Amino acid sequence: MSEQELEPQHRNIVRKLVFAVVGMFGFAFAMVPLYEVLCEVTGLNGKTNSRAITQVPEGMVADEERSVLVQFVTRNDPNMPWAFEPMEHSVRVHPGEIKAVNFRVRNDTDQDMVSQAIPSLVPGQAASHFKKTQCFCFDQQPLAANSEQIMPMIFYLDPALPKHLTTITLSYTLFDITDRVNGRAGEVAAR
Amino acid sequence: MSDHHEHHAPTGLKRWLFSTNHKDIGSLYLWFSFIMFLVGGLMALVIRTELLYPGMQVVDPDFFNQMTTVHGLVMVFGAVMPAFVGLANWMIPLMIGAPDMALPRMNNWSFWILPAAFALLLSSVVLSIFADGNPPAPNFGWTFYAPLSSTYGPASTDFFILSVHMMGISSIMGAINVIVTVMNMRAPGMTMMKLPLFVWTWLITAFLLIVVMPVLAGAVTMVLTDRHFGTSFFDAAGGGDPVLFQHIFWFFGHPEVYIMILPAFGVVSAIIPTFARKPLFGYASMVYATGSIALLSFLVWAHHMFAVGMPLAGMLFFMYMTMLISVPTGVKVFNWVATMWRGSLTFEVPMKWAISFVVLFTIGGLSGLMLAFTPADIQYHDSYFVVAHFHYVLVPGAIFSMFAAVYYWLPKWTGVMYDRFWGEMHFWNSLLSVNLLFFPMHFVGLAGMPRRYADYALQFADYNFWISIGAFWFGISQLFLLWVLIKACFLKKGEKATMEVWDNPEGLEWTVPSPAPHHTFDTPPIIK
Repeated sequence: MSEQELEPQHRNIVRKLVFAVVGMFGFAFAMVPLYEVLCEVTGLNGKTNSRAITQVPEGMVADEERSVLVQFVTRNDPNMPWAFEPMEHSVRVHPGEIKAVNFRVRNDTDQDMVSQAIPSLVPGQAASHFKKTQCFCFDQQPLAANSEQIMPMIFYLDPALPKHLTTITLSYTLFDITDRVNGRAGEVAAR
Repeated sequence: MSDHHEHHAPTGLKRWLFSTNHKDIGSLYLWFSFIMFLVGGLMALVIRTELLYPGMQVVDPDFFNQMTTVHGLVMVFGAVMPAFVGLANWMIPLMIGAPDMALPRMNNWSFWILPAAFALLLSSVVLSIFADGNPPAPNFGWTFYAPLSSTYGPASTDFFILSVHMMGISSIMGAINVIVTVMNMRAPGMTMMKLPLFVWTWLITAFLLIVVMPVLAGAVTMVLTDRHFGTSFFDAAGGGDPVLFQHIFWFFGHPEVYIMILPAFGVVSAIIPTFARKPLFGYASMVYATGSIALLSFLVWAHHMFAVGMPLAGMLFFMYMTMLISVPTGVKVFNWVATMWRGSLTFEVPMKWAISFVVLFTIGGLSGLMLAFTPADIQYHDSYFVVAHFHYVLVPGAIFSMFAAVYYWLPKWTGVMYDRFWGEMHFWNSLLSVNLLFFPMHFVGLAGMPRRYADYALQFADYNFWISIGAFWFGISQLFLLWVLIKACFLKKGEKATMEVWDNPEGLEWTVPSPAPHHTFDTPPIIK
């Protein structure tokens, strides 16, 4: 039983195993979009919709029976010098009611900068029922040096929101992406 | 078995550098892992020296973090994994009646990548020491969570990434070799259900390696591109998510802990029957239990992440799946005990290690069961209780089984019996010190002492003092093993070992002379 005779037999298994290794390496990267989709569908990690809802369901009526307290929290990435705050810290809405709220940003630095806000919502169960028709977080927000801007966000709560959820907290973290945008325009995925 | 092959073999450095012989490569792996065990142990002693008394004593907190990080990496990838690969290299061909591993040249390569990988990783520690901690060695924990390793990782993170790539390539090649060998090189009549359990556990381990090591490679690659090539897999500012890192890492990380323990199960399943003088109880159930543990290992990764936050359904799923693993593990422990039941037991050194493995690994398994319980885990998370748990399964678990294997097969490897006195000294000192070292960690952990800090609150002072004493004692005890090995391997002093070594042991490895000649089973044995 010399090595020569065994070779083709070995090669067959080795080929399959190498194929499995390459496949699993690919799978690690496939986990990125899989995770995105899973989070967006289930609201895991408090992920809300990253593109505007253009079609509000027809005949949606506000459920006057109940109201939900929606709180807004803002924070900055440690490297982000802007001032960032909600103009109303909380609103009471009926599920099905369309509501607009505003956030204020101020760039006190001497440089024109670009920002990106990243939302996160608790409890996660509410995430898939929180629908944004317009949001500053969908796009990168440029702001000239020493200027201020009001950024709107329009949303409604899906009437299918579970009854036991009476308070929802939406948090935005603001990141400085000036360097990224200048370096590679348009490469950063917007939310 | 003929000696005329021997004089073709190159000698000296060339023999080891170019060797394609499974026994030579096995020895290289085993010595390499032992050296890494001592290096990682020294780092653990730096950690325990700092924690001997409350307050800051010998190192600054950043260096402390580098020590915990590199200690973990060296022990996992440098000590435990290569030790079992070395054992596989030595024993699998002997156990299945094959002349060598199936892919001997790749075998050589998969070993020689390792010293390069660890030279790279450890150079960052040496650099950090000589450059006064600036730049530091990797300091983010062996789990290298993003953004600690991506956004905030020191320059040496790139050394770490490349070395993990190399370790991964080495492990994958080793695993491919094991699978091809077991599939294609079994002696005639050696059917799958006649394979020694050590071969079975290694075959399953090899499949785990094939599946998860590429995922680890993917994770470090993503950290690398996040750091230097403008991607944002784990960077929220660019649309990524740091929690995703933990999912990818633990998808690798949980099967990884079984990679480190399944071969240990195989070792113990070989040793206990020999010294109980009874065949292994429930062979088939052992095979199926190993397979079930391997499959379940892919469905439990998020139990490392209960405190990160996930929906209730997720928590319940991962909790129940984790608890389910205790069923096949329980089958194994039951079978080992049942093998000993009414056996003609003798307590040679390897048997002592094997029995203490069964007892102490079970303690580690039980604390794992406590941690599986989600609400309890949220309390225990990141405390010394977790440190106690995984050190119980890894030190008196995986590493004690390695010691058992070394004492069991050393006469076969070297042709002389180990020094009984120093073997006993090694065993008793390790057994007592390992418990002094790790058992009190349960108490300080439950009392609220967090992991990964260079200092602690005063009320933990007494326990930590004794834990550190246990650490020094355990460290010194390993020098007894070094002496046992030097005496048997280099001085060749000791009682001459017979072919069977033990009292009527089972397995093909006992049908070749001791020491095993350079070439064995040139003509395959026939298994009836």
